[in-house]
This record gives sequence, C-alpha cells and structure tokens, in this order.
Amino acid sequence: MTRRMETVFEASRPGRKGYALPELDVPAVDCRTALGKACRGKPPRLPEMAEVDVVRHFTRLSKLNYSVDEGFYPLGSCTMKYNPKVNEVAARMPGFARLHPLQPEETAQGAMKLLFDLGAMLAEITGMDAVTLQPAAGAHGEQTGLMLIKAWHESRGDAKRTKVIVPDSAHGTNPASAAVTGFETVEVASDDEGMVDLGSLEAILDDTVAALMLTNPNTLGIFEKHILELTEAVHRAGGLVYYDGANLNAIMGKARPGDMGFDVLHLNLHKTFGTPHGGGGPGAGPVGVKAELEPFLPSPVVVHKGGRYTFTGKDERPRSIGRVRSFYGNFGVLVKAYAYIRALGPEGLKEASEMSVLNANYLAKKLGGLYPLAHKGHCMHEFVLNGGPLKHETGVSTLDVAKAVIEAGFHPPTIYFPLIVPEALMVEPTETESVETLDRFADAMEEIVAKARSEGPEAFRGLPTTTPISRPDETTAARNPILRWQFGE
Amino acid sequence: MSRYTPATAEDRRRMLEYIGVGSIDDLYSGIPAGVRQKDLPDIPKALSEPEVIRDLRELAGANRNIDDLPCFLGAGIYDHFIPAAVDSIISRGEFTTCYTPYQPEVSQGTLQAIFQYQTMVCELTGMEVSNASMYDGASATAEAAVLAASATKRKKILWGRNVNPQTKEVLRTYCWSRGLEHGEVPAAGGTIDREALDGALSAGDAAALVVQSPSFFGTVEDIKALAEKVHGAGALLIVVTDLLALGTLEAPGALGADIVAGDGQTVGNPASFGGPAFGFIAVNKPLMRKMPGRICGQTVDSRGRRAFVLTLQAREQHIRREKATSNICSNQNLCIVAASVYLSLLGPQGLAEVGGQIMAKTEYALGRLEKSGKFRRAFPGVPCFREAVLLSERPVKELNRRLLDAGIIGGYSLEPLYPELENGWLLAVTENRTKQEIDRLVAVAGGDA
Repeated sequence: MTRRMETVFEASRPGRKGYALPELDVPAVDCRTALGKACRGKPPRLPEMAEVDVVRHFTRLSKLNYSVDEGFYPLGSCTMKYNPKVNEVAARMPGFARLHPLQPEETAQGAMKLLFDLGAMLAEITGMDAVTLQPAAGAHGEQTGLMLIKAWHESRGDAKRTKVIVPDSAHGTNPASAAVTGFETVEVASDDEGMVDLGSLEAILDDTVAALMLTNPNTLGIFEKHILELTEAVHRAGGLVYYDGANLNAIMGKARPGDMGFDVLHLNLHKTFGTPHGGGGPGAGPVGVKAELEPFLPSPVVVHKGGRYTFTGKDERPRSIGRVRSFYGNFGVLVKAYAYIRALGPEGLKEASEMSVLNANYLAKKLGGLYPLAHKGHCMHEFVLNGGPLKHETGVSTLDVAKAVIEAGFHPPTIYFPLIVPEALMVEPTETESVETLDRFADAMEEIVAKARSEGPEAFRGLPTTTPISRPDETTAARNPILRWQFGE
Repeated sequence: MSRYTPATAEDRRRMLEYIGVGSIDDLYSGIPAGVRQKDLPDIPKALSEPEVIRDLRELAGANRNIDDLPCFLGAGIYDHFIPAAVDSIISRGEFTTCYTPYQPEVSQGTLQAIFQYQTMVCELTGMEVSNASMYDGASATAEAAVLAASATKRKKILWGRNVNPQTKEVLRTYCWSRGLEHGEVPAAGGTIDREALDGALSAGDAAALVVQSPSFFGTVEDIKALAEKVHGAGALLIVVTDLLALGTLEAPGALGADIVAGDGQTVGNPASFGGPAFGFIAVNKPLMRKMPGRICGQTVDSRGRRAFVLTLQAREQHIRREKATSNICSNQNLCIVAASVYLSLLGPQGLAEVGGQIMAKTEYALGRLEKSGKFRRAFPGVPCFREAVLLSERPVKELNRRLLDAGIIGGYSLEPLYPELENGWLLAVTENRTKQEIDRLVAVAGGDA
C-alpha cells in the first residue's frame, strides 16, 4: 500500500454515478416552481463516482486502520475487547433495523421488550434500581447522571450544592461533564497507593458539595479499598456518589456499584458489553440510579403492564429532567449489548471479568520487570506503567515507545494518562486475548526497552516506518487548520 | 468457558502460577468483604450462538417493520433507500472495531473518512467548518444553542414552534442544566411568525433563534429574511436542517445562517427504532474554536506526505478538563462513514434526483388526498419538502387504525402536542413510496368505509 491515497474529491469525474432510482411513476414537479428562491442554486461539490470506485476507495481507506479484528489493542480505559459477530447480525435483522421509532407500540412490542429486559439486566449487574438507555455515549451518560443529581438536589430545595468532587486521577470527561451541567469541579488528591484519600475528601466535604464522581476500579487499575467509607462520608455530608462505569469490566459478578453506595452511574456498552467502537462511535451510555432518583430519569421510560410494553407519556413523569436525545437511545447498539449479555449469561459475564483481571495481572508481572508499576500488589483489569525512569535514563519518551509498539505490530497502550503518573502507559489487555498474544506483546516491549537502553532516542525518531504515514505534524495542523478539502488544490 | 475468552484451564493454571497466586479470587482480595458478590441470579443463563439468534429473531419477529408496512410516518426519522454498498463498507472490521483515532499512523482510514465527511457537510450546508459529528440532531441543536450563548454572552434561546418537539425537549433539558432561558416563537401559518419574532427579539437579550427548515411541519422557511431580523437584534441564527434535503434546498450558509445543525439519519442510516445515526454541526471560521466535538484536519507527515489528524484539541476535555467547550469525546463515526459512502454514491445529481422524486411524490399524495374531500392542507401555498400537514375530517387515531389494519403506517398525529391543529396529520412521502402504495393509502384514508 505505497500508493498515495486519493480523496473522493480527487477521484470524482463529472457525469459518473453510483446509484439508480426507479423511474418516477407520478407527475414530476419543478423544483423552482414549487420552492421558488428556496430551491438550491449552486449544487454541492459532492463526489461523482461509479459504485465500484466508491467501494474500492472505502475498502482501501479501511485498510489504513488498525482494529481489534486485526490484532491486540491494549488501550487502557477503553476496553478494546473482541466484538462478537453475531451481534452485528442481530442488529441488522429487519425487525430491528427497519423499525420506525414512532410506529404504533403494538407493532414494536419485541423492540420494547428488548429495551425493558436490557434495562433490567443492566440494573441487576450494577445493583441499581432503574436504568435509562437514552444517552448515546459515556460522556453523554455522565452529563445525564449529573443532571439527575442536580434535579434531585433542586427537588429538595437544596440550591447551594454547586460543587462536584473529582479525584486527580479521573478521566478528563468527569470535570468537563460537571462543568457542562453547571457545576464547579473540586479536585481531591490521591494517596500514595493511588486511592482517594479519605481524610482529604472529608476535609472538603460540606453542604455545597453535590456529588463525588469516582471510577472504581480507579484509573490506576486498583479497587478503592475504603469505598464504603468514601460513599458514606459523602452521604453524611448530604451529597450523592456517581460511578463512572469505564472500568466495570473488572467486576461483573464480583461486586456491584449499587452495593458500594453509589447512587448514579453510567455504563459504556461499547467497552464492557462488547459493542464495537466504530472508530469513535456509535456507543451507548445507559445511566442507572437508585430508587430515589428514578422519578428524574429522562422520559420516556418503557413500562410493562398488563402483558404489554408501553412508553410513558410526558405527563406521567412530571419530575423527569426531560430528554437528552431523541427517541430511545442508540437502539442498534442496545441490541448488540443485549445479545452479548444473553450469550454470556451470569457465569460468562463473571468469567469475562475474571479473565480480564487474570490477563492484566499476568501482563503486569511480565512488564513489571521493565517499568515501575504505578500500583502495589495485584491490579484489576488494567495497570499503569511509569515511563518516567526510562525517559530519565535513556531519553526515550512514552510517545517514542508508543510509536515503537506500532512498529512491532500492536496498537499502543493509552499514553500520558492518568495524569498523576509521569510518562504513563496504561495497559488493558481485556479477557478476549490469549496468553500467546500477551507473551508476544511482552516480548515486543522487552525489545523496545532494550533498544532504548542500547540505542537511545535517535533510534526512535523515525518510527513508525511500516505504517501508511510516518509521524504527522500536529502543530501545523492546529496552527493553520485545513478542515475540509480545498477544491482549488 | 465462553466462546469469547480463549484461555484454557491449563492456560489459567499456568498464568496463576506465574503470578504466584492460588486462584483468581485471590486477585480480587482488594475488594472489601462487605461488597463482594456471589452471583447474578436474575441474568438468564448463557445461550449458544444458534440460541442467541433464535431469541433475537423472536424479538425482531414480534415487531412489524417498514419493509412489510409501507411507511408514511416521518417526524424526524425517514424511510430513504440505502444502497447495499453502504452496509457492505461499514461491516468491515477495520472500520467497525477500531477506537477513536488517537494514533494517526494507524488510523488514517478513519481520519480521512472524517475529513471527507466534514467537506461534504460544508458543501451541503454552505458553511466553512464542520466537526466530525454529534450524537444526534436534537443534541447537536442543543449544543449549537450552548455555543451561541457562549459566543454572544447572552442567556436566552428562542425557537420556532415548528421545531421538532423532541429537539425542543432536548433544548429545554440542556438550557435548564446550563442555566439558560428560552422562549418559543409562534408558527401559526406553518412558518415562524415574523411579527411575533420581532417582539421576541425586541428585548435584545436573545443569544440565538433556532429555526428548522424543512420544519417539523415539512414547511420551508425563508432563512434569509429570518437571518436579517435575528442579526439586527445581535443574535445568531441556528438553522436545523437535513443533509438529504440540502441536495434540493438552498444551503443555509448562503442565506445567512451562523450555525447549521441537524440529524443525518436520512443519508445512509437505517431507521433502527431511532438510532444510531448522527447529528451534524457546522459553523463559519469565527466560531470554529468554540465548536464542540472532534475535528479532523489535514497536515503532512515527517516525510512530507499528506496526512490527517484530530486537531484543535485545545478545545477538548482531555486537555482542557473543566474548561473544555463541551464534554464530547467521540463522534458517531461509523454512521458518518455510512453517510459519506451514501453521498459518494449519489453525488450531487443523485441527491437532487432523490429530492425531485420526493417533491413529486409528496405533491401527488397531497393532491390525491385533497381530492378525496376528506383532507385539506393546513398551510396551503407554503412550500414544503417530504412532509406536510393535512387536516383530516375524522380523528387521526381512527384514521391510522384503519391504515394499520390495511397494512400501512400512517402519518404522525399532531394534535396531542399541537392542539391548534385539530385532527392534524403529518404525512411523510419519501422516494421509497411507490405510486401504488400512495394510491392504496389514498383509497383507505380517503375511502368512506
């Protein structure tokens, strides 16, 4: 694949087309007569291509991507597990893909049952009382969850709760979601084990705190051992506790956020429940709540009564925060997650979590000889390597290492996150990888570190060499943005 | 052992031995005893693949879908034809099973697809900058409103009564959570009432007007005239529209729009009970750095070759945390790949031809229904696209029941949300409807029985 990849705009030739419509079987209408000046003047410069050329273009484009279907993708915090193919078949069944969201409820009972059952299963897995499937992504779920918290405090006439506490190890979406729902973020420090420091938390808890947001296992891949004390402290101060479900993959069937004292949570079906990431979406970010927050859930909600499924009307949910998205969420994604849970069953879900933890600990031990680990003892489903000493010793940065991992034929781990570990490499192998894959990755990492020690940073500057492009100039891209095809080119 | 985990019993034994623990449970010793759990009793037992398919077929089979029932229902989701090549491309694992393109060297496929999509959105909307897409049209509109408030430093969002009610619900939710005020401008004649708009703008506190065209009623608004009024009051004009319609309708950017947003389901994405599809948002350069979401840009690699990267990331949460322009850290990527395959197949002529067929078929259906004497147009003389409001002689509930019994999905009943439109019936006619289907609709809906 050495040929320059042209754009569809370069490939376009006037007069080509890749479609055919049936002959118009009713009298034609002249656009200008019907629409007047609202009729389009200058046509959009969309590509003009034959079907074969469109298919070849996008097939060639696809080959420039690395994917889970191709190989190991240990991107920490992203849970890049294998995405079962049967789920794709399920979502494409005409009885799902060809459903109009507003068609009569009596003609959509199967879809509504699926929504109802999926919500119930997610509630069971997380220990929550009710679930909304409406949010379209994890960040959207966070935003929805924080809106629920805001509505709950408002309903109690408690208007002074303007702060959300977020650990310094948290995902960047946590403070951003707090900000977009009108909260001010307060950071709480982690202790030397990477856990939230109970004393530091208690020191900042007061009657202005609306909520604490936590990821558990946290972003260092360890379970907060004082979780019950932490949630109790927040509740004592009149706040609620939010669970960021990014790391749920470690604990299905082992522990439930609902039992840890969490009041609201979001899940990432595209992480934990095997739906594909699609290069950035569509995902789904359902939100689960405890009973006292249930009245505030986005409407509509599917209810089951008298042997029928119905969507609640607007008037039935007077305390609802309203909608956060049109219709019922990313339904096609929900079908895939439903199929995933049905395929695994309770034992399979538990096994997925257990194997994710076993794989992570195995790989952590293998890599622990190369890098200091950011955690002590055992990790959960992921772990963080401290790239600081290697950089100090050899001048080879974590970015250089990531590019060398690409050269070795793997997707790199998440890099420079969490922020509390210098030159961090965050590794999440997931349960769907074999021990041979983990061994191969560990061998590659060993070679990379050896190369860093023997040859220094110069040997990394040109990496990767085997990919469609070498390192891109991101500074110029941001300084002088070219965000669309320049037709004059 | 599940089919999705490769580890054999022997692998597990060896791995545990290497780690130096006796059992997997030992690895969970960090979980306090008080929160440990034994089982998930209410999750049904595991199914083999044939059983999964059987279960889902049963659920899917309990629905009647729009392959079997000709669909005249729109109201935000439309039954447009999708060429087979679209699903073939987005079924490729290389597009489906990759993450957000954080490592550009191994993500050029996704990145170039985004860049091409952004260009297509700019071309269709007539705007200078598009992002990589949003969750859906309703949330894209809400984010546009938030952007307008931030850009104008004003706190009031106005919208037309003829904006999609679900979009308005999402706007209300976002406004409440951001501390923004809002107001609705009447649209009694099917389009935004100009005098009422003057009144709403006269206070000089509006950040933006949200106008939808084609509106929820299918009517086409005079964007240019609205833009003049809105700009005269120091506010921004947010135009909510539809990418497929823009093959036929004038680009809002050419008419004075400041932000263009909407839903992209119509171009290459199935109805899928309302999702997933994608939302789009486009602005001109002055608002570029305030835009939410992912943006892809063109650059060169270290050897001078063209390359694509995510850019302008200084707006985003992983850099800016609580100071980010939004918390969005994804796009509906696979759905925009579908859209760009669709738009590449159709090209400008194809899109115009689809639009032409829609206009012809809509007009044919409306004319025939009017002739039956049982319906009249709610907004005669106002141009419309794909959808129009008819006032029915008999209650819409009864009408739709008759149609369903005859195997047809009828239009959307407007009266519950628009009491002023008594027996109001919002009928959508896409290029997928045949003359025969329309004639059947007319026979049942316009019949006396």
